[in-house]
Amino acid sequence: MNEALKVEKKYEYLPHMADAKFRAYGHSLEELLANAASALASLMWDMEKVKPVRRESIRAEASSLEQLTVKFLTEFIYLMEVKSFLLGKVESIKIEEVQKDGGKIYRLEAEAVGDDISPQYEIYGQVKAITYNEIKIEKINGDWVLEIVVDM
Amino acid sequence: MDLVRLSEYIWEMPKSGQMRVPARIYASSRLIEMAGRDQTLQQAKNVACLPGIQKMSYVMPDAHQGYGFPIGGVAAFDLDEGIISPGGVGYDINCGVRLLRTDFKESEIATRKKELLSEIFKEVPAGVGKGGVTKLSSHVLKEVLIKGARWAVDQGYGSAEDLDRTEEGGQMKEASFEFISERALERGVPQLGTLGAGNHFLEIQKVDEIYDEKVARVFGIEDKDQILVMIHCGSRGLGHQIATDYIELMENEFGFKDLPDRELINAPFKSKLGQQYYRSMCAAVNYAFANRQMIAHWVRSVFEKIMGEARGMRQIYDVCHNVAKVEKHTVNGKEKLLCVHRKGATRSFGPGRPEIPAVYRYVGQPVLIPGSMGTASYVLVGTEEAEELSFSSTAHGAGRVMSRNEALRRFRGEQIRDELAKKGIELKAASWKGVAEEAAAAYKDVDEVVKVSHETGLGKLVARLVPVGVMKG
Repeated sequence: MNEALKVEKKYEYLPHMADAKFRAYGHSLEELLANAASALASLMWDMEKVKPVRRESIRAEASSLEQLTVKFLTEFIYLMEVKSFLLGKVESIKIEEVQKDGGKIYRLEAEAVGDDISPQYEIYGQVKAITYNEIKIEKINGDWVLEIVVDM
Repeated sequence: MDLVRLSEYIWEMPKSGQMRVPARIYASSRLIEMAGRDQTLQQAKNVACLPGIQKMSYVMPDAHQGYGFPIGGVAAFDLDEGIISPGGVGYDINCGVRLLRTDFKESEIATRKKELLSEIFKEVPAGVGKGGVTKLSSHVLKEVLIKGARWAVDQGYGSAEDLDRTEEGGQMKEASFEFISERALERGVPQLGTLGAGNHFLEIQKVDEIYDEKVARVFGIEDKDQILVMIHCGSRGLGHQIATDYIELMENEFGFKDLPDRELINAPFKSKLGQQYYRSMCAAVNYAFANRQMIAHWVRSVFEKIMGEARGMRQIYDVCHNVAKVEKHTVNGKEKLLCVHRKGATRSFGPGRPEIPAVYRYVGQPVLIPGSMGTASYVLVGTEEAEELSFSSTAHGAGRVMSRNEALRRFRGEQIRDELAKKGIELKAASWKGVAEEAAAAYKDVDEVVKVSHETGLGKLVARLVPVGVMKG
């Protein structure tokens, strides 16, 4: 497939025996993670149907891009389980490299909109955790590609 | 892959490359062929490379690919030289099974079956995002993490007798909440006393066949068509978050450059981080014991309400399927303490082990193996041979053979409900899509798994149970 065409696709699911695996695409790291959040949420509920009535802020810091991805995505499981928040859309996302304790870290800030869990939304899947199994983040011809497996 | 067949059901991968010990797989030809389709065997080899591993890296008959360690993997490590790994326990810490017996026969509950199941469905929160009925303060949660099922009994959920018939007495003493993140604690608060989703279920079952009458009787299984209740769930978001947190912490502390798979990340058992993970994991184990204790209590209340009494309802046993424990085992003729990881495996202590409740000690530990949704489950008994064969471990279930996507393409939840209804099995579920994903055809044949366990002596057959009512999260 032509690389440019591939990037127009936000994400796709890949075969995985026991759990779920997906590949997300993005022109930037920010877009990549926003698309990964959509791939994750769509394993559990229909994002298109979720009304944008609530807003949540997400912050994460990590020492590698892989850890940042795992932490960012884990936040949506946390928000669902603890704050009853169903993601409808990641509205904005900012990632920067900063110096901390003498080393380089990644810092992420994001805003998401969505709605409370309620009978109007069917939750059909449960992602337990985001794993490092077969995790891959690559920049190919200037665009980003992520592969990740989630435990269901 | 270099695989040597030692006997009908025993296969070995000799030491090669970085392997410190051989890997051994217990499987029939059909099961080993299935394990060969994914990364199971490679993962068993990877585990064999970890520091301090004792004897062999073991693979149970129901094994399939996991993260780092295979699901169905058993590995024991020296306490001084060895490691502890969150990937050797799994994300769902103390995912496990509790089995209750009753004096009811199927014919006695036949007309009330639907009502029983509906009422249990009302009482036991299930599905994704469903909070528990108890609003916990973080102070109370910490008590749960330390006391486990004992906390639940102190609150009036069930009786002290249940504790005797739970692995570890329902409480791992090394538990601590001090090294558990705020995020993990927060995920624990709303989910205590909930079944969850995925492969978790609650079933009303009947005895279909008894293979060993003497042992069955000791366990409280007396007759064909006797009604039992099986509860399958774990430590929910709390356990998942503890695993996630410690994988990150261990990566930051020790790096993963020398590891063949990032999810094999580990810490020396006696290191500060190793101990912090171990004690946090013990707390999650306790949470799961308390969870199943509460659910069992609600099941008992529903029987009292609908049937007028919970006649003869008593806990047979409660086992962990995902855990790391410090246990005494014999290596090269010498007894020593080891950190035994069982990930998707059941402990199967033989007669005489002091960890087994006194009432069962002369026959061996009850081993509970649930099938996939709507199929048979089994009760086995631990053996003396298992000590030598697998650090006293056997299988834990069926194991997937079809992806969730494939299952969703092939099945519809409502169609599965109708097919089960034709067999006289009631089904209540939080999501039909969830039911389709867990279709029995997406799993290995549990009958074959337990046959290998029985034939090799990992755990011996006692009874076969079939569902009459299924509740799926």
